[in-house]
Amino acid sequence: MQALVLRQLMKKYKNGVQALKGIDLAVDEGDFFALLGPNGAGKTTVIGIVTSLVNKTSGVVEVFGHDIDRELEVAKSCIGIVPQEINFNQFESVFTIVVNQAGFYGVDRPIAKQRAEKYLKQLQLWERRDSIARSLSGGMKRRLMIARALMHEPQLLILDEPTAGVDIEVRRTMWEFLRNINDQGTTIILTTHYLEEAENLCRNVAIIDHGRIIERDSMANVLRKLQKEIFVFNLRDARTTPPQLPGFRCTLPEAHTLEVEVSRGQNLNEIFGRLSAEGIEVDSMRNKVNRLEEMFIRLVDTEAKSAAAAGRTP
Amino acid sequence: MNAPASRGRTDWIGFKTIIIREFSRIVRIWGQTILPPAVTATLYFIIFGSLIGKRVGQVGGYDYLQFIAPGLIMMTVITNSYANVVSSFFGAKFGKHLEELLVSPLPNWLIVSGYTAGGMLRGVLVGAVVTVVALCFTRLAVQHVFAIISAVLLTSLVFSLGGFINAMFAKNFDQISWFPTFVLTPLTYLGGVFYSVRMLPDWAQMASHANPILYMVSAFRFGFLGTSDVNLGLAYLIMVAAAVLMFSLAVTLMHRGAGIRE
Repeated sequence: MQALVLRQLMKKYKNGVQALKGIDLAVDEGDFFALLGPNGAGKTTVIGIVTSLVNKTSGVVEVFGHDIDRELEVAKSCIGIVPQEINFNQFESVFTIVVNQAGFYGVDRPIAKQRAEKYLKQLQLWERRDSIARSLSGGMKRRLMIARALMHEPQLLILDEPTAGVDIEVRRTMWEFLRNINDQGTTIILTTHYLEEAENLCRNVAIIDHGRIIERDSMANVLRKLQKEIFVFNLRDARTTPPQLPGFRCTLPEAHTLEVEVSRGQNLNEIFGRLSAEGIEVDSMRNKVNRLEEMFIRLVDTEAKSAAAAGRTP
Repeated sequence: MNAPASRGRTDWIGFKTIIIREFSRIVRIWGQTILPPAVTATLYFIIFGSLIGKRVGQVGGYDYLQFIAPGLIMMTVITNSYANVVSSFFGAKFGKHLEELLVSPLPNWLIVSGYTAGGMLRGVLVGAVVTVVALCFTRLAVQHVFAIISAVLLTSLVFSLGGFINAMFAKNFDQISWFPTFVLTPLTYLGGVFYSVRMLPDWAQMASHANPILYMVSAFRFGFLGTSDVNLGLAYLIMVAAAVLMFSLAVTLMHRGAGIRE
């Protein structure tokens, strides 16, 4: 069963902007799926159409086999949405917000109260259940939106940049929580600008740019397509010139920092061997950029260049 | 995962939830919703009823205070029903928490019904408060209880729907105060709240009969006094027709997503 199917999905706004130019996408049930793209690529428009906050111009949307044109209410009941912007009533209490949301999906009040306790505890909000939502911190507000989205126990959870502006500790707690939800069978679609987040959590990925899907594959395959990576070595002793490492392109941006470009097939043991042979000691090492980030930038750049070469707008 | 509730049950729970939320809002901001109408009504009764009313004498065979009491109650019902829905729905639109309902499986007609019921609840609640205030100043004899209940419910329904439609179109806070200030208040004041239209010259009587609020106030007053300035059958026809037309318009606007969906 596929959790979400989009066929030739198009959206043209009243101001003439063609936000989606024929999106075809399928997300399997149980998947943890990343929908990535630069700002204005069309991610939020796709989510808006799926959740019926945006009217599509044409195309087909099916949620667990329910076409939104024919079975909108059934399709909507399958979805839980965590939007990009805060959209709860800031003057209501945390508990009221989540219990009312369950009611809008037909969940009886006694059951809604039990679930509210369950999810607010899991998301460390139970102690703040009587607080007015406006008084919560940014991270708490994000967690409240996740709790709210889960109150009717949806089969498909859509998160639109759920960790934006959240500190790393809270972000990691949220990752752990989402992994558990996914392990229990909930399909998750995630959009994020933190590509490390997508790489850590998601099994499959689609990259959208200028209203088109430019990449759709498993996360492993997307990363495998990455031909080159740059590793940064922090050297114990200062240098004025980069060491000679045959077969590797080296630069020395600072006296203690060596950057080495490593192609697929080359291995790091070779680098360490040569650095040891030259008496160069390494204190630590890291990727220059996140691997998915590297791939993402290349794909988006390539799309822009090929569009320019073909003389069309990207 | 729990077994999904039936369509009808989901709708009923959703409808109840909207009403609970609206009622909580009315109570939470009682200083804006319940207290001001009670204070205003008290002032009206003191000034128009006790002070000026004594010099006016009788209207239609009743003390002036007895005559204006139903009008003042109805005026409160009209303004509060309207104000509740226009501010609550526009506030939800402006604060984006309307999206909580738009992404839910509740059909559009039910969202309209929920907000409308919330407006009626406030209209009737505040109307009851003003009735209690009125009883401190005058005696209210009930002649036709069905007319009182039906007129108040239909009127609050019509103006709740009016508030909903206003909120759908409104793009800013100015646009939710424009209609009540420049249309609703003048029509209410000229709708026979403070006087009988029979006291007016012929041309003004004819003009007054184009004002739908006159029919609502008159039908309500009939329930207390047993006399009416208008034909009651026509009054109920106007109220029912207005309710049906406005409900249809509100649901159509929701379907189109006017001002709420891109």
